[in-house]
Amino acid sequence: MIEFLLNGQPRRCEATPDTSVLELLRDTLGQTGTKEGCATGDCGACTVAIGERDDQGTLRYQAANACITPAHQLNDRALVTVEGLARGDALHPAQAAMVACHASQCGFCTPGIVMSLFTLHEEQQRAPAPLTAARLEATLGGNLCRCTGYRPIRDAAMTMGDYHYPAVRVWEPAASESNDVEEVDKTESAEPASQQKAFGFIQPASLEALIAERRAHPEAPLVAGGTDLWLEVTQRLARFPRVVDLTRVPELQHIEPTTLDDGRQGWWVGGAVTYARLEPLLAEHYPAFEHLLHRLGSAQVRNRGTLGGNIANASPIGDTPPVLLALGSRLWLAGPGDGEGGSGEEVVERELPLDEFFLDYKRTELRPGEVIRAIFLPHPQPERELRIWKLSKRREDDISAVLGAFTWRLDDGVMRDVRLAFGGMAATPKRALAAEAALEGYAPTPAAFAAARAALETDFQPMSDVRGSANYRRLSAANLLERLRLVVSQRDQLDNNSHGSREVMLHAYAH
Amino acid sequence: MRTLTKPRQRQGSATASSTHAHAHESAIKHVTGRATYIDDIQAPAGCLHLALALSPVAHGRLAPVDMERVRALPGVVDAVGFHDVPGHTDIGPVFPGDPIFVEEEISYAGQVLFAIAAQSQRAAREAVKAAMDAGVVKIDEQPASLDPVAAAERGELVRPTHVQESGDWQATLAMASSVVEGEQFVGGQEHFYLEGQACLVTPTEDEGVVVHTSNQHPSETQKLVAEVLGIPLHAVTVEVRRMGGGFGGKETQASPWACIAALISRRTGRAAKLRLPRAEDMRATGKRHPFHNRYRLGIDEAGVIQGGELTLIGDCGYSPDLSEAIVDRAMFHADNAYSLGQARVTGHRARTHFASNTAFRGFGGPQGMMVIEAAMDDIARRVGEDPLTIRKRNLYRGGEAPLRRTTHYGQTVEQLGLLHELVERLETSSEYWQRRREIIDFNAQSPVLKRGLALTPVKFGISFTAQHLNQAGALLHVYTDGSVQINHGGTEMGQGLHTKICQVVARELGLDLEAVRITATRTDKVPNTSPTAASSGADLNGMAARDACLRLKERLFDFAAANLHADQGLERDGMRLEAGHLVAGSGESQRRIPWGELVQAAYFGRISLSEKGFYATPLIHYDRETGKGRPFYYYAFGAAVSEVQVDTLTGEYQVTRVDILHDVGDSLNPAIDLGQVEGGFIQGMGWLTSEELRWNGDGRLLNEGPATYKIPTFGDLPPVFNVELMEGHPNSMASLYRSKAVGEPPFMLAISVWSALRDALASLVNYREAPRLDTPATPERVLMAAEALRRHAHLETRPSEEVVP
Repeated sequence: MIEFLLNGQPRRCEATPDTSVLELLRDTLGQTGTKEGCATGDCGACTVAIGERDDQGTLRYQAANACITPAHQLNDRALVTVEGLARGDALHPAQAAMVACHASQCGFCTPGIVMSLFTLHEEQQRAPAPLTAARLEATLGGNLCRCTGYRPIRDAAMTMGDYHYPAVRVWEPAASESNDVEEVDKTESAEPASQQKAFGFIQPASLEALIAERRAHPEAPLVAGGTDLWLEVTQRLARFPRVVDLTRVPELQHIEPTTLDDGRQGWWVGGAVTYARLEPLLAEHYPAFEHLLHRLGSAQVRNRGTLGGNIANASPIGDTPPVLLALGSRLWLAGPGDGEGGSGEEVVERELPLDEFFLDYKRTELRPGEVIRAIFLPHPQPERELRIWKLSKRREDDISAVLGAFTWRLDDGVMRDVRLAFGGMAATPKRALAAEAALEGYAPTPAAFAAARAALETDFQPMSDVRGSANYRRLSAANLLERLRLVVSQRDQLDNNSHGSREVMLHAYAH
Repeated sequence: MRTLTKPRQRQGSATASSTHAHAHESAIKHVTGRATYIDDIQAPAGCLHLALALSPVAHGRLAPVDMERVRALPGVVDAVGFHDVPGHTDIGPVFPGDPIFVEEEISYAGQVLFAIAAQSQRAAREAVKAAMDAGVVKIDEQPASLDPVAAAERGELVRPTHVQESGDWQATLAMASSVVEGEQFVGGQEHFYLEGQACLVTPTEDEGVVVHTSNQHPSETQKLVAEVLGIPLHAVTVEVRRMGGGFGGKETQASPWACIAALISRRTGRAAKLRLPRAEDMRATGKRHPFHNRYRLGIDEAGVIQGGELTLIGDCGYSPDLSEAIVDRAMFHADNAYSLGQARVTGHRARTHFASNTAFRGFGGPQGMMVIEAAMDDIARRVGEDPLTIRKRNLYRGGEAPLRRTTHYGQTVEQLGLLHELVERLETSSEYWQRRREIIDFNAQSPVLKRGLALTPVKFGISFTAQHLNQAGALLHVYTDGSVQINHGGTEMGQGLHTKICQVVARELGLDLEAVRITATRTDKVPNTSPTAASSGADLNGMAARDACLRLKERLFDFAAANLHADQGLERDGMRLEAGHLVAGSGESQRRIPWGELVQAAYFGRISLSEKGFYATPLIHYDRETGKGRPFYYYAFGAAVSEVQVDTLTGEYQVTRVDILHDVGDSLNPAIDLGQVEGGFIQGMGWLTSEELRWNGDGRLLNEGPATYKIPTFGDLPPVFNVELMEGHPNSMASLYRSKAVGEPPFMLAISVWSALRDALASLVNYREAPRLDTPATPERVLMAAEALRRHAHLETRPSEEVVP
C-alpha cells in the first residue's frame, strides 16, 4: 500500500513492487498529463515534482523522472504533477510564461518542462537568486524538446517570476487536512493478490533492518534512486517480486566529518546520499567535482542518483569512481557476514580502499548481502590540485566516452602524489599506474608528459563502442594528459612571470 | 430546430488578423496536461494492447512461425502474422516492397515478424519475450548488405538512378582552369519525436474500423488499413487530433501500426492499442537517409563554378518507401543557392539491409546541399579567399546569362534580389568581417582553442515534387449561434498549422479567433488528402480553408443583398465581413448587421451554412524523362552565420553565436514562424553535430534511446542567438496572403555550424586546406580531422615532439 499526497489530495494505492510512478499515474490513476517519452530517464517528458518536508516542516520539491522512480517510494511524500498546478483557469506562473513565450509546439515534452520550471519557481519563492545560464541549464538540461530549440523555454524561465498566482497553493494539502483517503484499486496486475502480500517493496528504517533483509533475501535488488535498476524493468521487462529500498535507512543518509586511522581528514558520505545532497559540500571543497555532477546527469537524475549506486554499479563509464580513485577514497561496507556462527542479527562492517573494490567488468569486492554504507571523501589538501575532464558527444546529460580525473601537487617544481584515473578506458574505472609513474617526481616538462602519454598505451587497451572508437579513446586520453601539461606548466609560469595565461580548454566543458 | 441559441457575439474587439502572433491553439492544453495524445485517450472497456516481435537479425530467412503456439502462450489473447492477413500484405506507400509482416525474407534488424495482443502492454511485451525465448522464431541468418556505396556499384537499388543535366559539363570540366573535387559522408538522423508511434483502433458495427493515430498522412493510412483488411475505404475512418512531433517520421511510417492494430481489432471485435516503446520505435522505423556524396567541379580563377558533376548516393534501406522523391529532392538541392553552370547531377538509391529510410524535415534537401557547401569551402581554400566571398560570387544572380539564374533542372530562380539583399543584410548585422579579423588574430595567438565562422545561405523549393499531392480540401461549418468550425486535410504536429488555419478563417469571416474552432483531422470530413509534409501544410490547406470561406461569404452576401434590411435589400457591391459584422454600403447608407443575426437569418432563409473548399497549386510540372521542369511553385530563402570555438586537443566545441535572417514572405504568424526557424535550426544542428547513429557489424542499431542518441538539449542553445524574419518581401507568387512555407527551409541553416567547424579546423594549417569532416561532426570526428591536418602539416613542414603546434 502506498500512501501519499497527489496534488494535495491523500491517496492510497496498491501496486506491485516494480511499479513506477509513471505507471501508477497513467495506468492506475488515469492521470495522463505526465507523458512517457523514453522510459529510461533520459528525456524528461515524465518529470514530476516530489515533495518532502524539511526540518521546518515545509514541503521542498525536487524534479524526478516518474518513469524510473519506484511508486512505493512515494510513501509519505507529496507528488505534484502537471494537472495540479492551475487553479481553475488561473495558470501557474510556469504555465502562463510558457504560453506567453510560445514555448510549446507539439506539447508532448511540455508537461515535463512545466514541472522542471515549477521546481525552479518554488526555489525562487523560497530563496530568490539570479537565474544564471548555468542555473537554467542545471534545471532544464534533463528535459528534451525536439521542436522549439529551447529559446522560448529559456524566455519562459526568465520571465515566469513576473506572473502572479493566487495565494492558495493548490498542489499542497489544505490547512484542514481531511482524513478521507480515496482508495484506488489496482487495475492492472499480472500478480495474483495473494502473491503480492507475500512479497513486496521493503523499506527498512535502520541499517540493522536492512542487513537483516539482505540476509533473508539476498536475491532482492537494492534500490535507491533507481536511475539504473529501473531500466531493467522498463527495458528488459524484469519482474522484481521483492525490492529493498535504501532511501529510508538513516545510516546511509548522513554526511559526517571524520578522521581516518591514517590521519586523513574528510567525510563519510552515506551510500544513499544523492548527488543533489552532495552538491553543496563539493561546491565548497571540490568545485571541479561539483561541475562534473552537472555533466553527469540531469537535475532529475542528480536528485535521485546516489554516490553509492554509482560505485556499486561498477560500470566502466560511471563518472564518480575515477574521481574518487584519484582522491584516494575508501569504502565502508556493511553486510550480514558469512552467516556462520553469528546470531543472525549482527552487522559485519569493514573498510577497504576504493582501489581494491573494482575487480572486473561489473564485478566488485562486495560480498553477498553487503552494501556500501559510506564513501570516504578526503578533505582537500592545500597545494594538491584536482582536475576532472569528461569527454562525451553532448555536453549535458551524456555518458562519458572518456573521463580523466587527475590529482597532483607541485613540490619545488616537481610533480608529487600524481594520481591519474580514467573511466571508459578499461573494463573498470582504473588508475593509469604506468603514466603516473612517468610523472611522479618529475618536472612537468614536455619530455615527462611524452613519456606519460606513451605509458598510457601500456595502461589501457580501450574498446570501441557507441560512444567512441578505441582510437579516439586512446588519442583523447593522451591529449588530456597534454592538456594537463599545459595547465601544470601554465601554473608554473604564472608564478614565474605575469604573462597572462592562454585558455587551453572550453570553459563550458572543463575548468 | 425551432428556436435558436442566442448568438455568441463579442463586442468591439474583433480585430482578427491573419498576421498576428497568436499563441498555439493548444498552448493552454499543452501546459496543463489536458492536450490528449494517443496513449492518453481513455481506452474502451476490453481494449487489447499489442506488442511486436522484431527481427534480431538484418538479413535472413524466417522459418514458418507456428502462430497457434504463440497464441497458446500465457497471457496471449490473439496473435497475428503474415498468413493471418485477409487482404493486401504489402503496405508500401508509393511503390511495393514493405510487407506488413515478414513472410520469409528478413530485410532488416527490427522488421516486424508478428504481433501479440494481451490485456496490457506489459503483458503483451512479456508474451513476445516468452515467444522469442520459446524458440518459435527460427532464422537462417545471411550476410547483410550494409554499405550503400558498394550496393550502388553492384546496382542494388530500390529505384532507378535519375540524372539531371544542363549543358556540356564534360567539356566545361576539361576546359576549366582548375578542378576541385571531394567526397563526404553525411549521416542519417533519428526523428526522435517525443511521442513515439502510437494508434488506437476500434471496430465499427460494420466491417470497418475507426483509427486514432499519431500520423501525418491519415488518408494513406485509411487506404492501407482498408487494403489490409480487404474492405472498401469508406469503412475506415482515420482521426488525428495532434501529434507529439512528426518531422516526417509519421508520414509513411505510422501506417504499419494502424494496419496491425486494425487486424487485431477486427479479429477480436475489441479495441486495440499499439504504442511502440522507444527502443522498438528506433529499431523498427526508418530515419533520415545517410548520403555519400562526391563532387568534381571546374572553377575559374575567381573561384566561380563553371560546371562539373555531382553524384549523390542515398542509403534507402531495404525498400523504396519515399526514397524516389527524397533522392530527387537531394538532387534538386545539390545547387543550394549557387549556379552550377554546366552540370550533371546523378542520384542513386541504394538498397541496404537497414530499416527503410524515410521522410525527415528537408526530405533529402539538406543532404544534397551539404555537397555544394563542402565544395564552397574547398574552393575558397583552393583560391585563397574567404569562404563567404566565394559563396557570394557563386550565388544565382539576375541580369547575366540565363544560365546564372536557371537551375540544373531548368527552373528559373525568382526573387534573386531578395536572396542577395538577405545575405548582405546578414553579413552586416552579424558583423561578419570584423569578427573574421578578430578570429584570425585569436587563432594566431591560441594554440589549442580555435574559432571558426561561416555564413551559409538556403534556397529551398516549395511544393511536393509529386505533382498530384499539391492539392488540399477544407470543410467549413457555421452554426446558428455564429460559432464556426473548420476542418481541413492537414495535421497538427506542433508546427502551428491549426492555429494558422483558424487565423485564415477568422480573417476571412471578420471574426475573433475565439469564434473559430478547429477539429481533429478526419478522413470522413475531408477525404483523399495529401500528407502534411513538404512544408506545404499552410500553403495548401490554408488556401482551401480560404476558398471555403470565400464561397460561403458569396452565398451570404447574395442572401443579405436580397433579403436583409426589410424590403430595401443591401448594397451588394463592396459588401464585406469585418469586426463581427456584415457591412454594406458606406457613409450615411452604411448598414452593419451582427454576424450572429446574419447567420440566423440565413438559416431561416434556408441558406446552407456549410461549405467545402479546395486548392491545387498552379504552374508546377517536372518531366523525369528530360530531368527538366518547374517542380517548385516558389523558393524560400534564408541565411545563417555561426561561430564556433573548438578545442583541438579533444574535439570538444561550442557554438557561441548564431545570427539568422530568414524569408517567410509576409508571415502568417510571426511567433509561430520564428518558432519554426529556431527549432529547425537547432534540429539541423543536432543532425550535423551530436546525433550519431551507429550500427554494429551485423546491422543492428546500437542507439536505442536517448541515453545513447543525443539530440540537442537546453545547453546547446547558442548563448547568442539572433533570429529575425526578413520583412518587406512578400512572396512573388500568389500564395496564401503572400506568405511562404517555413517548416523545412530553416533546418538547413544549421549547415553554417558545420562549415564553421571546418573553418576553425582549417586555421590549424593556416587556411590552406579545408579538412574532410563527415557528419555528424562529433567531438571524435572533429578531433580526428584536427589530427589528420596536423599530421599533414607535420609531414610538410617540420618535425616536432609537441602535440600542440
